[in-house]
Amino acid sequence: MVLQALAFYFFAGIVIASAVMVISARNPVHSVLFLILAFFNSAGLFVLQGAELLAMTLVIVYVGAVAVLFLFVVMMLDINFTELRQGFRDNLHWGIAVGLLLIVELVIFLASWQFSGAIEETVVAKQPPVESGITNAEALGQIIYTKYVYFFQAAGIVLLIAMIGAIVLTLRQREGVKKQNIGAQVNRSVKESVELVDIKPGQGL
Amino acid sequence: MLEIGLGHYLTVAAILFTLGVFGIFLNQKNVIIILMSIELMLLAVNINLVAFSTHLQDLVGQVFALFVLTVAAAEAAIGLAVLVVYFRNRGTIAVQDINQMRG
Repeated sequence: MVLQALAFYFFAGIVIASAVMVISARNPVHSVLFLILAFFNSAGLFVLQGAELLAMTLVIVYVGAVAVLFLFVVMMLDINFTELRQGFRDNLHWGIAVGLLLIVELVIFLASWQFSGAIEETVVAKQPPVESGITNAEALGQIIYTKYVYFFQAAGIVLLIAMIGAIVLTLRQREGVKKQNIGAQVNRSVKESVELVDIKPGQGL
Repeated sequence: MLEIGLGHYLTVAAILFTLGVFGIFLNQKNVIIILMSIELMLLAVNINLVAFSTHLQDLVGQVFALFVLTVAAAEAAIGLAVLVVYFRNRGTIAVQDINQMRG
């Protein structure tokens, strides 16, 4: 129990510290790296709660894909980041005011909140006990591919549309670039490419 | 203090969500940091979902967190694509200047 508590405080502390660094770092590349750290440690929090599949998905999706995407964009665009940081201090009061308001609201909500007695009856998909030997991934797969298969397909469509949208948005046709057009080459006929001129003797063209 | 329960995870998620909102206010000019703050807020939501899922022994929370993760990934991809196109057209990513479509 002590070990679990220590692990929780370790992961939670790093998550919050790196979140602070994400929003306050001067260099956006550092922000992205701290974002990766935050995601790694929240994956640790998920493992602590027994959600292994979600933890691994978080690591693969975020650290493997989204964070690299962010890094690429930050490094490829030629942006003057010091210019963008102007007004950082002016916004500080507003940010602190809104942040304090939000955290106070959340604390009030959390402090006054409790489960009603009937909550146990609302459980839809019971988590199998550890002794049954069914892993978290197996249990999740058993309900995702049966009960929630339409939602699963919808998630796939969302990803497909996002992929097509990103490609359509960033694809551009450049003017003045000489490229080989294989279709045009193959479709060329002798008639339109070679002109035969009949020249009579003694005459020029 | 040593008994880690639902409340601890909810507290972490609340702090993380607040930090995300704070980050949006703090970096009003930098869209990249704003997108990262949105990712932090979605992470806080996911922590909440998983915490309740564990507490109630109900797997649906984790299924929903999986879908939130999907949408977050799609949102990041589209957001960054829009950002790249905007930078290509304007040469800057300052958010205050985005009023081209005001008509």
